[in-house]
Amino acid sequence: MVELTLPKNSRIEQGKTWPKPEGATNLREYKIYRWSPDDDKNPSVDTYYVDMDDCGPMVLDGLLYIKNKIDPTLTLRRSCREGICGSCAMNIDGTNTLACTKGVDEINGAVRVYPLPHMPVVKDLVPDLTVPYAQLSSIQPWLKTVSPEPAKEWKQSHEDRAKLDGLYECILCFCCQTSCPSYWWNGERYLGPAVLLQAYRWLIDSRDEATGERLDNLEDPFRLYRCHTIMNCTQACPKGLNPAKAIAEIKKMMVERSV
Amino acid sequence: MSKSAATRARPLSPHLQIYKPIPTMMMSIVHRITGVALYFGIVLVIAWLLAAATSESWFNTVSAIYGSWIGRLVLFGLTWSLVHHLLGGIRHFVMDTGRALDKQGSTRLATMMPFISIALTILLWVIGYMARGA
Repeated sequence: MVELTLPKNSRIEQGKTWPKPEGATNLREYKIYRWSPDDDKNPSVDTYYVDMDDCGPMVLDGLLYIKNKIDPTLTLRRSCREGICGSCAMNIDGTNTLACTKGVDEINGAVRVYPLPHMPVVKDLVPDLTVPYAQLSSIQPWLKTVSPEPAKEWKQSHEDRAKLDGLYECILCFCCQTSCPSYWWNGERYLGPAVLLQAYRWLIDSRDEATGERLDNLEDPFRLYRCHTIMNCTQACPKGLNPAKAIAEIKKMMVERSV
Repeated sequence: MSKSAATRARPLSPHLQIYKPIPTMMMSIVHRITGVALYFGIVLVIAWLLAAATSESWFNTVSAIYGSWIGRLVLFGLTWSLVHHLLGGIRHFVMDTGRALDKQGSTRLATMMPFISIALTILLWVIGYMARGA
């Protein structure tokens, strides 16, 4: 259901402003969402100042500067720091993206950082992704076949392999998933852009033999058809992929098999 | 003592409150709002038809209300809602065929929407006034 306001325990309160690093001249303001399960406080937005002369150019560099030098309690996920693991997905400057590939110079004014939208918060910038992971497993994202297994490997022509371009690159950061208003309002029943892109990746794989079964599973008013081409997914994807297009292709497959 | 992590309910991260209002999302929201406006707007049209079917005095009364400056403003808004919703419908129809789904194309299409809908609405009203004057 559409809920325009946040529940009582989720309303954001005035946070703390942390002292500026001493002697720094090139400061950048960060406003970061904070919530801890270990006290009784509501979420808040804390203000920090990062010394850009002592820090790398990406938003993640700034977050780690804060964690290392100002406030070690700041909690976030990160791993590869080069846009391939998808761990540091968060809402930066109003859009979902990866902190490690988002340059601070792309942002005007304070750098505003929130966890991925409309998700339960574990702590600070760490969302609970249990539901999207369960949804991903529901579409069975692996090769399904009935033919006898070939002696060596399942072969694929270059043309068929090319159909997977723009799909296989997905790193499952869930930037698109949590940017989608339709997913915000119907997240338990609508599979969401990331999961549907994965579904399409297996639907058009020439080696997969469960296409009909996969389409049957998606033929549902909520699972697939809650996509209203709002396009936030495609605008958000930090890898430049197009979940909206993948969903449109699934809808077309649905029509094509019924005519 | 504070509650342990296991028992304390997790807050919901902010969504609409913090998300940047990008053209494609805004036009989707406006499409919804104009849809709701049309739902109520149709009541005005029915009231007018009903008045016409009842008596001349009723028809004149309703026409006078609709003809006042505030009535015309509401009708102008209703015309715009209809035009915008129609164009939005066509835009979504085009997108359902798999076209204009790329980042730039969809943004361009969405950005054009308010300009085209307002221009068309003004055009419709100009034609209306000209037809009346003739």
